Amino acid sequence: MKDFTISKSQFLDFLSEFKKEFDIYGPNETSKGFYDWVAIDQIEQFEIKQGLPKSSIKTFLFPQPEILFEFSANFKDPAAYRLKEPDFKEKKIILFGVRPCDARSISLNSMPYSEDTYFQKRLEQILVFGFLCKSVCSTCFCSWVGGSPVSMDGMDIAVFDLEDAYVLRPITKKGEELLNRAGLDEATDVEKEAFNRLVKENSNKNQSNTADILKSKDLFDLYNASFWQELSDACINCGTCTFLCPTCYCFDIQDEVLKGKGRRIRYWDSCMFPLFTLHASGHNPRGDKLKRVRNRFMHKLKYFPDRFGPISCVGCGRCIRECPVSIDIREVLRQMLET
Amino acid sequence: MLKIASQNPYLPYQAIIEDIKIETEDGNLKTFKLVLEREEDRDAWNHMPGQFAMLSIAGKGEIPIGIASSPTEKGYLLFTVNRAGVVTTALHKMDVGSPIGVRGPLGNGFPVDSALKGKNIVIIAGGFAFTTLRATLIYMLEHREDYGKITVIYGARTPGMLLYKKELEKWQKRDDLDVYITVDREAPGWNGLVGFVPTIAGQVKPSPENAAALICGPPIMIKFTMPPLEEVGWKDDQVYLSLENRMKCGIGICGHCNVGPVYVCKDGPVFTREQVQRLPVEF
Amino acid sequence: MSTINARIEQELKSIARELLDSKEIEAFIGYKKGSMPMTMTPFVARSIEDVEKLCWNSFCVLNLANYLPQVLRSFEPPRRPNEPPPEGPLPKVGIVVTGCWSRNIVVQIQENQIERDRIVIIGISSRGMIDKKKVYKMLNGHEVTSVEEKDNQLIVKGPDLYEEINRWDVVRDNCKTCVHPDPSIYDVLIGDLKGERQIRNRFSQVEEIEIKTPEERWNWFISEISSCIRCYACRNACPLCYCPTCFVDDSRPQWVGKSKDQVDTALFHILRAYHCAGRCTDCGSCESVCPMGIKMRILTKKLQKDVLELYNFEPGLSLDTPLPLSTYKLDDPQDFILTDIKMGDKK
Repeated sequence: MKDFTISKSQFLDFLSEFKKEFDIYGPNETSKGFYDWVAIDQIEQFEIKQGLPKSSIKTFLFPQPEILFEFSANFKDPAAYRLKEPDFKEKKIILFGVRPCDARSISLNSMPYSEDTYFQKRLEQILVFGFLCKSVCSTCFCSWVGGSPVSMDGMDIAVFDLEDAYVLRPITKKGEELLNRAGLDEATDVEKEAFNRLVKENSNKNQSNTADILKSKDLFDLYNASFWQELSDACINCGTCTFLCPTCYCFDIQDEVLKGKGRRIRYWDSCMFPLFTLHASGHNPRGDKLKRVRNRFMHKLKYFPDRFGPISCVGCGRCIRECPVSIDIREVLRQMLET
Repeated sequence: MLKIASQNPYLPYQAIIEDIKIETEDGNLKTFKLVLEREEDRDAWNHMPGQFAMLSIAGKGEIPIGIASSPTEKGYLLFTVNRAGVVTTALHKMDVGSPIGVRGPLGNGFPVDSALKGKNIVIIAGGFAFTTLRATLIYMLEHREDYGKITVIYGARTPGMLLYKKELEKWQKRDDLDVYITVDREAPGWNGLVGFVPTIAGQVKPSPENAAALICGPPIMIKFTMPPLEEVGWKDDQVYLSLENRMKCGIGICGHCNVGPVYVCKDGPVFTREQVQRLPVEF
Repeated sequence: MSTINARIEQELKSIARELLDSKEIEAFIGYKKGSMPMTMTPFVARSIEDVEKLCWNSFCVLNLANYLPQVLRSFEPPRRPNEPPPEGPLPKVGIVVTGCWSRNIVVQIQENQIERDRIVIIGISSRGMIDKKKVYKMLNGHEVTSVEEKDNQLIVKGPDLYEEINRWDVVRDNCKTCVHPDPSIYDVLIGDLKGERQIRNRFSQVEEIEIKTPEERWNWFISEISSCIRCYACRNACPLCYCPTCFVDDSRPQWVGKSKDQVDTALFHILRAYHCAGRCTDCGSCESVCPMGIKMRILTKKLQKDVLELYNFEPGLSLDTPLPLSTYKLDDPQDFILTDIKMGDKK
């Protein structure tokens, strides 16, 4: 597949040409003062800053809420209370400025969601312009959990920053198809060489045997370790880590009825909430804070790799920055590896 | 483990409630007979004893309920439901003829076609956990030559709390089946056994020789039933348990029902006791 | 480390060590260093070795009174929610507090969540805590690797970065307008009491919103909560929110929907603010923990102003003053109740 190039000053206009076909989102300053995903119409000055947007791209793959079914709740309607799937009228979406960690979360989430038709439909609609990282932040640890700053897993088009131009490399057929009809200049050999050099320099940073080490540990050794008590003392059981994490995917399903119309929605749920495992009888298997905190980390770092292979963490560092009590998953990982 | 036939794993089959029977004297347990509306759904439905389905009431929610009817009972599905929360209360208020959704069959079932074939079977149940075991027992009686000696030990708090009373009477009259029905305490008009299920299990002393035990009941009953069985030589891989947990999606994604590395809805709800010993106690 | 805070930390550690050693308390609730600069993690020290990890500086922002009921409970034999507590003396717990947290402890005692004789309180008069979001804003989001705190300055270092910041410039908004920095309840005092601060317009942030028209106010409110992801960090960090089942989690009946719907989110914030009326001490934990930058403190501040004006009451200053919203006095102001006579001349 060919590589293409475009000058930075023209990039925003180039993307805007696709506005009719796609809804386009990219990271930018929001009115709240933090860096998050906004629609392209609200972006005047194009700039991909170092660092990550506040929320992950999870918001596009499972929106909160997602309507699973609709039904009429009107007694007089003969078809009342029969569930109907809503028509899928979503426009295709372009996401640009997606870092390798966020892009990798797509393939990690696809593993448990392989049978979920709603997720798969949305996945088909998304086109990811991934941005490779030339430098890492102090809270990034992607190479420790099986990723790397130049991983192109999950991207449709990989973008490499070359001072005043971008080199665009299509990774998937979807990406190739878009670039082929975009009418861009083909990248020069010098530009391609610079891209390849960045990838080569950084790809040996991938220390991917963390997953293997964790898989080899005995489950009960980790489960009964003594470090969970101190860790869970500080936790306030909010949902911040789970909601901002790109690879946390638990949800809850509820029916809502208003004025004769009903819908069954699914929305993000968090295993940190005390009611997550509450039975109708009143019994709560994970009513203890320690059990919940331990379960979250064991799931991401042990149960998920045991079942699917990779660790369910991309090393983006959002939980470390946003946790109100500064619980650090790197510390947990270190303790688990030492057990 | 069987996959759901419909493309969208969250879409239930439409069904109608054909019959409602009150099972217990306090009215909290009712057996619902459901018939799937469309013929192609009825043809596509194929479940094994021990599996469960999600009963879906639009506007209220979904609940996982064990299928109480055996696959050999064609044309309808039986579910025995205990009134506990929002959805079950709504279900108990519904009349014959109401629409209801059924999503399933989900989970793994008892391995009646594989590990249990040719063995002597001991079924031990307490309270209203007998539902999926009814399905299993009827299936086994329909394929009687595939199994050895079948023993059933079933107990409830009072005679009025026993489920499927008419069928229990029929089974007690059969000679290819040993049935022990017990109640926790003496009750007027009750001429049968008296004592907790673990005590009766200790008296019956079922032999572990080429045998498998299927135990369903509240965790405390299971805890006390194991010692009398272990005394006569039962091993953990011969005992099958059916676990319960809070479920939502039923297909192993939403994360609510996980017990350690396993999802009760997808890898279970049937586990051998040996597998359960290797799980953290979070159920 | 600034010298004032370093001295406080020394004294704190020695007091905690003594209390744990003499077995007067089973655990001590304080802070230890977090892994990121400018963050502190709440910490429960259960042994003499643990005490070495205790720290004190101007980044101790979360309200420790939040942990008190659960930590106290964890040392009791397990029991169901409606069972009464067991007989006999129960284990004690030590805690370090400043002004607003101590007032929350007073409110918790008045509301029967904890018992006075089960806690040993170390009080410190607050110099104001630093808002790390303000520091990051001043640095335009530049990467920070270390922050050193002097008495009146912060020295911030990072890759290609060295800044000296005036401490008062980055102190939290609620600390700047705080009138009661002294702990109102304590067993041991570290440092001196400063007395009440004279602040000319305590409620300036609230007044800015009050002068707007109702439509402008509504628009401000909706845009403020538009980023809410319903993580409930604000509710969980608040020492007042101790209901076993919060109204948003109730399912029979379900009062509030759980998704990000605008109406449901607005309901959650408004109702939570009202549940805190007359009890909130403006510790600012809710705003500090919010990952999406919502300024919900202004709602509770407005209610604090209203309670002060209507009932001349500030929560937590004394164990003997009853809480106004859970007691009834014959002369309670009630001009918000419309009667036939008043309707017509009420604007």
